[in-house]
Amino acid sequence: MKETFDVAIVGAGPAGVSAACILADAGIKTIVFERGEYPGAKNMSGGVVYGHDLAQIIPDYVDHKCPIERNIIESRIWYLSKEGGYSFGYRDSIFAAERKHNAFTVLRAKFDRWYAEQARKKGALIVPSTVAVDLLRNDKGGVVGVVTGREDGEVRAKVTLLADGINSPLAARAGFRVEPKPEEVALAVKEVIELPSEVIEQRFGVSNGDGVTIEILGEITGGMDGIATVYTNRNSLSLAIGANLADFATSKLRPYELLEAFKQHPLVVPLISGGQPREYIAHWLPEGGYDTIPALYGDGYLIAGDSAMMFNAMHREGSNLAMASGRMAAEAIIEAIGRGDCSRKGLANYGKRLAESYVLKDLKKYRRFGRFRYRHKEIFNEIPALASLAGREMLTVNGVSKKQKQKMIVKEVRRKMSILRIARLLWHSWRAVR
Amino acid sequence: MHIVCCVKQVPDTTQVKIDPETNTLIRSGVESICNPYDLVAAEVAVQLTERYGGKVTVISMGPPQAESALRECLALGAKEAILLSDRAFAGADTLATSYTLSQTISRIAAVNPVHLVICGKQAIDGDTAQTGPGIATRLGYSQFTYVSEVVSVDVENNTIKVKREIEGGSELIEGTLPALLTVELGLGIPRYASLPELARALRQDIEVWGAGEIGALPERLGLRGSPTSVHRIFAPPVREGGRVFDSTENTERAIEDFVEVFFEKESPLLEHLLSQDKG
Ligand SMILES: Cc1cc2nc3c(=O)[nH]c(=O)nc-3n(C[C@H](O)[C@H](O)[C@H](O)COP(=O)(O)OP(=O)(O)OC[C@H]3O[C@@H](n4cnc5c(N)ncnc54)[C@H](O)[C@@H]3O)c2cc1C
Repeated sequence: MKETFDVAIVGAGPAGVSAACILADAGIKTIVFERGEYPGAKNMSGGVVYGHDLAQIIPDYVDHKCPIERNIIESRIWYLSKEGGYSFGYRDSIFAAERKHNAFTVLRAKFDRWYAEQARKKGALIVPSTVAVDLLRNDKGGVVGVVTGREDGEVRAKVTLLADGINSPLAARAGFRVEPKPEEVALAVKEVIELPSEVIEQRFGVSNGDGVTIEILGEITGGMDGIATVYTNRNSLSLAIGANLADFATSKLRPYELLEAFKQHPLVVPLISGGQPREYIAHWLPEGGYDTIPALYGDGYLIAGDSAMMFNAMHREGSNLAMASGRMAAEAIIEAIGRGDCSRKGLANYGKRLAESYVLKDLKKYRRFGRFRYRHKEIFNEIPALASLAGREMLTVNGVSKKQKQKMIVKEVRRKMSILRIARLLWHSWRAVR
Repeated sequence: MHIVCCVKQVPDTTQVKIDPETNTLIRSGVESICNPYDLVAAEVAVQLTERYGGKVTVISMGPPQAESALRECLALGAKEAILLSDRAFAGADTLATSYTLSQTISRIAAVNPVHLVICGKQAIDGDTAQTGPGIATRLGYSQFTYVSEVVSVDVENNTIKVKREIEGGSELIEGTLPALLTVELGLGIPRYASLPELARALRQDIEVWGAGEIGALPERLGLRGSPTSVHRIFAPPVREGGRVFDSTENTERAIEDFVEVFFEKESPLLEHLLSQDKG
């Protein structure tokens, strides 16, 4: 098309829309392409969003009717064997008061749509049902715009922001990002189960629109490096389970089988019983961490969010990294356009901002975490089984002395795992998170 | 030529379910779409202006969100859009709706004469097919329902020739302008808009009119102007499959059973077939 823009953004997820908001606020002419019928239509529904990062873009998001499902006041962690498991949790009234909306659940189909609407109101042009199929390049290889799948669909822009998520063939085709290896991505499936609000509040011991998240590790992922989650929404629960793609390939397990088994687990059944499955969806997650982050900017372009592999697997944070990186990309773009230099050099402040922020610091801190989990399959096999054995035996009152039981447990541990293996596990786990 | 298109935003009925216990529609989580018949109507209208010149105005009565249905039509090439949104319009049946839309069209026509009004054959959420004819009757326009082809429009001589579907075939009829058409799905395929057209549609201002703007009588609007009341909504009983004659085990037996049942139940049909054979 004839009209040109200052900035073209590919993808109306948290990363792209955050950038669009900041740019539009600064009066920068911005166009956003989204392949879904509307923003959020193609996104994984359900998830936790963090108030801090959202407020940096829309400070009064609550007044603007942000579709919040539940304010999270408690995080639980479960470590499960096939038959049972351990449950830890931390609840704090501060999360219902001063630190309200520190974390809250959203349904992505609603949230992304609302978020994009805020960017539209600020003046960004959000174009749905439109796929970006390629990038426009100049003879020096610099990016000068986007090619979409529509007639007369080439758009020239001073800067292009790739915020097209984990499945970013665009970045791969442009040579900006190597195609992630199977062990660097996870495949997750999710089901939203509808239940009356009162039932959810009763089952999780909350009220007033507060909610709980549960992160689950153990034998539920069939020995694969993976995780499951249960998040409370207003009148539904989001259940998700996923595992490393390379593990799926070797185990031959199917994601939906994993989800079905998860729903049958004795700790899960009482939470979901009587619920109506409403939607089912599958999605990739970037799991490669710090070492798989591509070059984040170049002549005329930047990459943000999942597309740049920014996901903190340790803390299940992705939407906040997407928002923060989108915001920093926008800030760098504003400076670059102001100076009239949108080359790699002109955009370099993006890299600097990210490096100084929690985004890259956190990802760097946990750079070994992914490989650690992937290599130590005992976390998903022997250890949860042994931990359950210990719990079960110590709690059973049957006339056997505790000392005797302890001996039996230790013997069983030694039978399953060598001292060396345990030592290695401890050392690696320390290195992975320190 | 000036064409007005009436479009409606409807729940995506492929997703709507009926709660078997309460017999009410479960609309939660169901997306709204532009009624597919109305998108065809808008496409046909745009094609006619491409053929004969002129412009298309789309109108829709609905809540503020109905704006997105209007934008879909703008992307197809309609030039103007008016959203009829007012609390007074809420709860309208087809009588009140056709009153509201016809008032609007006469207001539009007063400024810019209207030659054609095009509506979808029906809306997929109600399937009544009454709104179009209701508008034509009130405006005194000639009406052509279930149109399958617009053969020609002659604005000079105020005539239009269309083909319409009737039982067992189709008929070719001619009438005078202004006219109202309701169209079948087969009449056109809504185009995949070009990027500049889509961008224009997304940015265009959409006028919002209320009861005041169309000079409507309050008692004929919305719930007050709607004599229809919904008594009950229910899912039709699931049809039972016919009897199965399983021939995998005992073929002879299955055929025997079949012939027996067939002769007993379908004897009139058989008699008829046999008598024809004789003749
Ligand atoms: C099961 C699961 C649970 C998760 N839970 C959480 C959680 O609880 N908390 C959390 O913070 N994070 C969570 N995440 C991660 C989080 O969803 C992502 O990190 C976040 O959505 C990344 O945002 P983004 O904008 O970079 O990408 P996305 O949200 O993926 O958005 C990319 C957008 O680009 C569009 N797009 C892609 N290609 C094109 C193209 N060629 N043309 C046009 N448009 C295109 C897509 O349709 C999409 O709308 C979870 C992820 C999964 C899979």
